[in-house]
Amino acid sequence: MKHRNNKTIFGLSILGLLLLTALSLFVGRYPTPYWMPVDRMLEDPLARRLVLTLRLPRILLALLLGASLASAGAVMQMLFRNPLVEPGFLGVSQGAAFGASLSILTFGSGSLPMHTLAIGFALAGLVGSYILARRLRFGGWVLRLVLAGIAVSALFSAGTGVLKYLADPLTELPEITFWLLGGLWSGTWEDVLNVLPFVIPGLLLVFLLRWRLNLLSLDDETAWSLGASPEKERWWLLLGAVVATAALTAIAGIVGWIGLIVPHIARRLFGADAQLHLPGAMIIGAAFTLLCDDIARTLTAGEIPLGILTSLLGAGVFMLIMTTFRVHLKR
Amino acid sequence: MNSPQVITLTDISFRYGAKHRWVLESLSASIDHGSITAILGPNGVGKTTLLYLMLGLLEPQTGVIRLDGREISSIPRTEVSRMIGLVPQLESIPFPYQVVDYTAMGRAPHLGLLGAPQAHDYQVVDRILEMLGISALADRNVQALSGGEAQLIRIARSLAQEPDILLLDEPTAHLDLANKEHMLQMLCRLAEQEMTVLFTTHDPDVAFSIATDAVLMRGGQAIASGDMQSVLTSENLSNAYQLPITVHEVEGHKVILRNAEGCR
Repeated sequence: MKHRNNKTIFGLSILGLLLLTALSLFVGRYPTPYWMPVDRMLEDPLARRLVLTLRLPRILLALLLGASLASAGAVMQMLFRNPLVEPGFLGVSQGAAFGASLSILTFGSGSLPMHTLAIGFALAGLVGSYILARRLRFGGWVLRLVLAGIAVSALFSAGTGVLKYLADPLTELPEITFWLLGGLWSGTWEDVLNVLPFVIPGLLLVFLLRWRLNLLSLDDETAWSLGASPEKERWWLLLGAVVATAALTAIAGIVGWIGLIVPHIARRLFGADAQLHLPGAMIIGAAFTLLCDDIARTLTAGEIPLGILTSLLGAGVFMLIMTTFRVHLKR
Repeated sequence: MNSPQVITLTDISFRYGAKHRWVLESLSASIDHGSITAILGPNGVGKTTLLYLMLGLLEPQTGVIRLDGREISSIPRTEVSRMIGLVPQLESIPFPYQVVDYTAMGRAPHLGLLGAPQAHDYQVVDRILEMLGISALADRNVQALSGGEAQLIRIARSLAQEPDILLLDEPTAHLDLANKEHMLQMLCRLAEQEMTVLFTTHDPDVAFSIATDAVLMRGGQAIASGDMQSVLTSENLSNAYQLPITVHEVEGHKVILRNAEGCR
């Protein structure tokens, strides 16, 4: 049947991801720009330390970030029955941005308060959107959540604007701006360990319930008649997706486009059935983010913010897909 | 499945909220095992609401609904889904699923919360697509189907639940004459296979053509229910639709004439 074909693409994707991960260890600006010869890594203790303490955690964070953003995007597009939503829109991205800016203004550039506040406000954005959606007296559940997400995002965005206005233009403002551009330059093993308690349960929940997403993308009455509890199950999947995304956004800042564009590519390659396209989105998201991050830390002597690269490449791919392939936008 | 009556509704009243009007008021009816029952009545009379109540999707404010003698609210959700399939009138499917994957979603009540269809489930799906004569559609994109084909795959998805009872909401409303006839014949075949078929329609002719039983609704109540022949009389239909309607027999088939006056 058709599933055999998909398994081949699937195996190749995983192989490609592993290869890219291995290659990424050798890519960078030490000892010379772009590439570290294999024997150098074996002989030079400094090179080994650099790879193990700097490059490896950063590579892992890029993989986790990409997998989380892409799978959260795929989950949200299915739950909201809309191929144009992305993981941050329920107040999550703007909440994290507000939390990070607040931390820079009140605690300086310490990473613990920054991560705590960013993830705290990201989750506050989600919960706020949810509570507001429950109280709105207008439209169906999906429409109410979308409207609530837009409203909460706008509130946080205004708050971030106020903080930027108040920030010291020579020290704090550049730091806020740089954080908002997104990047993994500060990623350490500690960060990896800090995000895992959020990312593993979040991604696991989404991964295990992935076939269920198909049911939840149907009309509520149909989903119910198939034995699903649409509202409850949607909320759990949403929580899993957002918690993983929020934890990584706290470290990486606002990294756009991956959550929007990768699910489209995954559906194109693996089909609309989430049983296959959700793991596909995780793999492609991880690979795309890692590739962008490799370029971000290698191309120039300075660091190119990751968010700029993902937007640049992501927008390019998006335009290519929208103009070359048939895209289904029903309703 | 020994009980002759698979669904009984006793004194059902329902409204969508305290400030809303009553959609159903003290409605009572029962559905026999293996029957083809038409729920008939004018637009907006609460036919679809009645289907949702039978699924447990809505809960009545008063009254009791029993499935096979058990109160529906006491039956676990997945068990209800294994007993009753729903074919909605229209369904928006936001992603381009293949017909085979869409049909396999009907296997959900037979899978756990973390489950996904296995080879056995795809066999059930293949069998159902073949039975409905739409095996050729298996690899097609659900968003690219015609209205008649879309109706058939909705039925296929519901049959994949392997239910005892099939609820269909206006199954012929958007179909042309040939597709309508095909649909009605298929419902007859399902009933021959011991399935209880229940469908809503606003069109008495559809009810005449295949129903064994009928529930005639007006103003939130069942004004008559039971054997189709005795329910769908000129008098009852005129009462339900508030129009002078006469039932005639032409070459052994019942048809209605509404004594309308044309442009006035």
